[in-house]
Amino acid sequence: MVINKPARAGTLESSDIYIMVQPNQGQGIEIQLDSIVLKQFGKQIQNVMRQTLKDLEIEDIKIIANDRGALDYTIRARLETAINRAN
Amino acid sequence: MKNSLGREIPETIKGYYKEVKPFTGAYDNMADIIKTQVRAKSIMPDEKKVLDNLEEVIKKSGLKDGMTISFHHHLRNGDYVVNMVMNQIASMGIKDIKIAASSIFPIHSPLIDHMKSGVVTGLYTSYMSGPVADAISEGILENPIIMHTHGGRSRAIESGDIKIDVAFIASSTCDSYGNINGVYGKSACGVLGYAISDAYYAEKVVAITDNLVSYPVCPIEISQDYVDYIVVVDKIGDPEGIVSGTTRITKDPIGLKIATLAAKVIEASGLLKDGFSFQTGAGGISLAVAASIREIMKDKNIKGSFMSGGITGYMVDMLEEGLFDSILDVQCFDLRAIESLKNNKSHQPMTATMYGNPHNKGAVVNNLDLMILGATEIDTDFNVNVTTGSNGIIMGGSGGHSDTAAGSKLAIVVSQLFKGRLPVIVDKVTTVSTPGETVDVLVTERGIAVNPKRQDLIAKLEKSKIKVMSIEKLKKIAEGITGKPMEIETDERIVAAVEYRDGTIIDIVKKIKR
Repeated sequence: MVINKPARAGTLESSDIYIMVQPNQGQGIEIQLDSIVLKQFGKQIQNVMRQTLKDLEIEDIKIIANDRGALDYTIRARLETAINRAN
Repeated sequence: MKNSLGREIPETIKGYYKEVKPFTGAYDNMADIIKTQVRAKSIMPDEKKVLDNLEEVIKKSGLKDGMTISFHHHLRNGDYVVNMVMNQIASMGIKDIKIAASSIFPIHSPLIDHMKSGVVTGLYTSYMSGPVADAISEGILENPIIMHTHGGRSRAIESGDIKIDVAFIASSTCDSYGNINGVYGKSACGVLGYAISDAYYAEKVVAITDNLVSYPVCPIEISQDYVDYIVVVDKIGDPEGIVSGTTRITKDPIGLKIATLAAKVIEASGLLKDGFSFQTGAGGISLAVAASIREIMKDKNIKGSFMSGGITGYMVDMLEEGLFDSILDVQCFDLRAIESLKNNKSHQPMTATMYGNPHNKGAVVNNLDLMILGATEIDTDFNVNVTTGSNGIIMGGSGGHSDTAAGSKLAIVVSQLFKGRLPVIVDKVTTVSTPGETVDVLVTERGIAVNPKRQDLIAKLEKSKIKVMSIEKLKKIAEGITGKPMEIETDERIVAAVEYRDGTIIDIVKKIKR
């Protein structure tokens, strides 16, 4: 899948994540992550995002995410939705 | 060396104000009490106590480099007095001041500049949140700060561990000869429980007021025989910040579920009968537990003896409904509490030492049947952290947590199993505030765990068909949902020594790594 335009999903409520995606043609995967649990779960959140991108076969994308302690399935759902909206 | 909870405590801590004594057990240091002597100056019959301004007061108090001054926190996040006094001290060129403040709030952020410039070099406190707490966690001071409990603070002052040179007492109402109360005036804050040891044990005592009244004021909470000087200022605080905004019962279904479960545990414990006494914090879940208790007491026609602690309007309602005989109040959280203190003889003030000091002839916490506590983290030994966030940054402190846990017959921690992805149960808490031997039960929305030390309680709960699981199992359930958090890294430098109520070191806080 290709990211054609900027799009977003999610909220800044506790236990949610706000994700913006942007086209990043030919520049690979770029993730800007801010999280209230960055120290404890930052790697895990990145892993979930990268796995989601792999499953959707996305190679070029810029993700800007503000995490408020979302669980893995929420992160995955918000990212998939943002990507669908960017299509 | 390791203390009895397995926390690594250095043999010596650079800049620590006394000999390092590691924590050995919650009831280990209950020996003879020797209280310190205080040097004070007698006042002549014709002397005037009301001085013109803060500068004159500070000059007359004899405040010099290296001294210790104290403040109480009854004005909470509306307090103007700490900043006002510190700005004056800074402008007079005095440096190396140690502050013994019963709590520090976000409004006290100007302290950061005074720490940078060397005006403030030390801090003793029972609770701190906001920018000053962040700056301390990042190592702004060369020497570690000391964190104690509310009762432990009184103990430290009375024993002479902390020698206060000048106590600055924010006084909602004060008369011209230094009699003080907190219930009247535009900055009324209610009880002055945390300021009493300061008034009794400081060499010089200054009342700072925005409501000077004619002599003698009524009621008198701190009396003239302890007060040296009085100074009148425009405003000692902002009423908006003095009263708390946290005194609402949670509407969150998870919080209500926890409260319902906690009430079942309390009922099964057998403590909820005539003469029942309890204390709870002002947090949403804690208040929901109080609401459940209220219903049970009404249904079963139970009459309790007292409620204690920081008091909210909710407790006042229960008093006025006749569910309890009295309130013992160390701090008013809202206007309802202040009004009740003023008008209801069954609502009595108490000092911090009467409330929680382990080294006196019996604190109020010893008479508590039930204490409802919060937790940032709890470990599988039931040790509780309310001092640092899981990221290692100081965001609280024991306050009365350890005092009430140690004194009460039943100490219940109520918490969501995880908050913003962070499981509340961990292998080892980031910082121990309260030792597990004094904590009896953890109630979460997904299960109840009882400290294995309390087999008697486990038997009672099982008899009442309440499902109990091990804290390890509850931890697994949480991690199955959130994943296991990575451990945070810290620097080697110690930014805070956390003292148990008896003055031993229960844990240390290290500088956070950015």
